[in-house]
Amino acid sequence: MTLTEKILAAHSGRERVSPGDFLSVRCDLVLSNDITAPIAIREFERLGIPRVFDPAKIVMVPDHFCPNKDIQSATQAKMMREFARRQGLVYFEVGEMGIEHVILPEKGLALPGQVIVGADSHTCTYGALGAFATGMGSTDIAVAMATGEVWMRVPDTIKFVYHGRPGKWSGGKDLILHTIGDIGVDGALYSAMEFQGEAIDSLSMDGRFTMANMAIEAGGKAGLFRVDSTTRRYLKGRTNVKYRVYEADADAEYSRVIEYDASRIEPQIAFPHLPSNTQPVSKAGHVPIDQAVIGSCTNGRLEDLRLAARVLKGRKVDPHLRCIILPGSQQVYLDGLKEGLIEIFIKAGAAVSTPTCGPCLGGHMGVLAAGERCISTTNRNFIGRMGHVKSEVYLANPAVAAASAVLGRIAGPWEME
Amino acid sequence: MSHKGKAHKYGGNIDTDAIIAARYLNMHDPAELAAHCMEDIDPDFLSRVKPGDVIVAEANFGCGSSREHAPVAIKASGISCVIGKSFARIFFRNAINTGLPLLECAEAVDSIKQGDIVEVDLATGTITNLSSGQTFRSKPYPGFMMEIISSGGLVEYTRKKLPGAK
Repeated sequence: MTLTEKILAAHSGRERVSPGDFLSVRCDLVLSNDITAPIAIREFERLGIPRVFDPAKIVMVPDHFCPNKDIQSATQAKMMREFARRQGLVYFEVGEMGIEHVILPEKGLALPGQVIVGADSHTCTYGALGAFATGMGSTDIAVAMATGEVWMRVPDTIKFVYHGRPGKWSGGKDLILHTIGDIGVDGALYSAMEFQGEAIDSLSMDGRFTMANMAIEAGGKAGLFRVDSTTRRYLKGRTNVKYRVYEADADAEYSRVIEYDASRIEPQIAFPHLPSNTQPVSKAGHVPIDQAVIGSCTNGRLEDLRLAARVLKGRKVDPHLRCIILPGSQQVYLDGLKEGLIEIFIKAGAAVSTPTCGPCLGGHMGVLAAGERCISTTNRNFIGRMGHVKSEVYLANPAVAAASAVLGRIAGPWEME
Repeated sequence: MSHKGKAHKYGGNIDTDAIIAARYLNMHDPAELAAHCMEDIDPDFLSRVKPGDVIVAEANFGCGSSREHAPVAIKASGISCVIGKSFARIFFRNAINTGLPLLECAEAVDSIKQGDIVEVDLATGTITNLSSGQTFRSKPYPGFMMEIISSGGLVEYTRKKLPGAK
């Protein structure tokens, strides 16, 4: 069995599972946020069950439109907060809050071998830790909150092997953008993606989170990594829970095996309006920009801020654009502060925000006007994603976004060396 | 159960931001969401849609975010079902769970033109293009999913199975 099949079999009380099997799967963690929780709560209440199955396994994070951007968002956040308190759920208030997919691993809640479901499509991020994690809708989450189980069809697994090592300015973001560009936004539809190879072995935990996070952008149900010394080092000190590590069998069956030479994957740009619309930065041509956003569940971790700071140190962002940097959690913010990164950003003329999903989905903290272009380390560049329907989003890694902020156009950091 | 209505055609990779933009996710009332359905890619959608109409779309309809607001907005706009070449995974679950029928049938999508009158028999998965006279059969649902659909959604299905539910 593949890693995916092993985890799903163990969570459905079966010896073996195969792609296409329908299962009722036991969940270790059930997640929702200020946008998806209100519907989940309404549907939970329609079920007529007074208590959730296990409050310690249900997490709610007010990250999308919080700190509240308007009265309606405040009303939704209040509904979630009151439900979370009434039920005694795991809840992170503004001040402690970070982007859900940044803080769940950080606080040791997401662990290897778990099944994690969340009413947020980027729940697949936890696959970086060797968990089977997948996004669903609010009604699925309502039922999971009540019963601790969800229905699932066992996906086939596609194995992605990355040979060699990526170059100086390429990272997890570039490997995954290149992959999506190759297979398309439905290239892994209904499938689990498992990432392996030399480039993956040498990839940092933050880089792995970035890759797993964007599995959904290829239509994937999940994106998983093997647990290795990098994973164990990351988990050390974060949890006392004994987690179970699963390994794919040597004779596991994959629906496809796709191989890349990572040393040839240059930093990538996804042009509007699909994440699969990728080009190497070196071939992007002259694209002036109005805003640069560095942050999100994709690239809002400490390594991402370090990369941006390496480029912005001692430089100024172009006065014709806004550069907005959003650390993904209070811990990332604090670490960035201690390392002097935040000072570098402010001296460079960037705005630094409290953690929020905010601009990624055109919510707040950097909404675009008609005709504006934004380079962003986020995950989607759909029509109108960050604001006006006539605005444009270009996806890139943090070093490229920072270099572009300085030069006022899409640019690679090597152009300033 | 059968539905008859006009076809509203869309291309491939229609994402959930296009179906209902994130700026409206500060609400969750179905009627309020329906008022902004498809707004960014088809501003006249709401004024054209009559109850029973169908959406006909190319591959990967509903890709992107997990917002259940997307099928909820489509259903509340009066659309009776979506016929597509394929559906994004989370959107598919959400539609089944909330009672918006989806029919997967590439041949029907290729045949149906904007404005054609289409009749859909959900029980048999039969799609008839009344404008051209052609008939198609959609991919059948697995039995377990049919149970969710015939119960009226996942909450109703779960209530039947849960001993503690009222």
